[in-house]
Amino acid sequence: MDELELTLKPLMLAGLNGDAQAHARLLKLLSERLRAYFGRRLSASPDDVEDLVQETLLAVHLRRATYDRAQPFTAWAHAIARYKLIDHWRRRKIRATTPLDKIRATTPLDDVADFLASEPVDSDAGLDLTRVLSTLPQRQRTLVEDVKIHGLSLSEAGLRGGLSEGAAKVALHRALKLLAERLRHADR
Amino acid sequence: MQTDELIDLMAADTGPVSRFAPARRLAVGAAVGAVVVMLLVLGWLGLRPDLTTAVTGVFFWIKAAYTGALAAAGFWAVERLGRPGVSAKRPARLAAAVLLLFVLVALAQACRMSGPARLIAVQGVSWTVCTRNIAILAAPILVITLLILRHLAPTRPTVAGFAAGAFSGGLAATLYGLHCPEATCVFVALWYTLGVAVSALVGAGLGRWVLRW
Repeated sequence: MDELELTLKPLMLAGLNGDAQAHARLLKLLSERLRAYFGRRLSASPDDVEDLVQETLLAVHLRRATYDRAQPFTAWAHAIARYKLIDHWRRRKIRATTPLDKIRATTPLDDVADFLASEPVDSDAGLDLTRVLSTLPQRQRTLVEDVKIHGLSLSEAGLRGGLSEGAAKVALHRALKLLAERLRHADR
Repeated sequence: MQTDELIDLMAADTGPVSRFAPARRLAVGAAVGAVVVMLLVLGWLGLRPDLTTAVTGVFFWIKAAYTGALAAAGFWAVERLGRPGVSAKRPARLAAAVLLLFVLVALAQACRMSGPARLIAVQGVSWTVCTRNIAILAAPILVITLLILRHLAPTRPTVAGFAAGAFSGGLAATLYGLHCPEATCVFVALWYTLGVAVSALVGAGLGRWVLRW
């Protein structure tokens, strides 16, 4: 546990200071952890695992301002993963009208130790995200695809779409927010 | 899309993040809400006619300190509950201590009164509208706070909504003090507290539906 915390927390702190490489490394390590965590709990619907991994990673990324630097990183990440799992169950199996707190009170969930002990498994593609990506507005989609597929830097991709670097940054951030929002509703 | 591609995208979106970002967003929202409530107090209820002399007295400030302390504890709790895996025990304890202290003072005050005087203190001149007014004034702040909270990461939606309501009620009640001429602890402990409680319960009810992400 300490080892994972000692690896992830410095990466998170560097990412919060704007270090993109550290942030990517953090998300990569976290994605392995999440894949195992969700995989064990969604053995009946393995197709959902990668979608949930991606949804959780997006939440971690877009809501990283809510991480308190005095707090253990793994506690923060586990709370998000757990929340996303409950949210998934509620959307999928349980009537959509059941309040979250009621599910929490009646559903036994594993603790942090289990989250930490998860063994990495192989990566896979998320089906929902691919589908959701195609619903983005044209300009955001082009930007995303240029960065993702053609491996352009953000400023290069922006230039191709006639955007300044600042505008490209804003557009990418908006695109990620939109992806997160739509991904959450994709399995309805 | 492959998860690794998504990670590349997010890495390209990495900028520095301020450690005070959540508190700042909530504070800006609260300031906007407070301005709206101020306008409502001025335009709808009106300032108490004796405001200039009231502010020189002690009770005006005791009242403001009580509701202000509830608002502060509420704000603290909201800031905590917007963060996954963080406990809000300390702000909850603060709110409980403030509430208990003020209610005890009010009970002591009530005990020293004769029966008819106690009834006058409980009813004041505005007991029929006080709780309702505070709950109405809390609404704009509550809406703004919930909207901001939605963009943080509350993992306990009902509790976070309750805290947002308590904060909004406390702030609204403090501003309501500019209108309301009531000047006994008994009255404030009863009807002001009830107004804050109504706001907190509305917040809890809304939170469990609105605070999903």
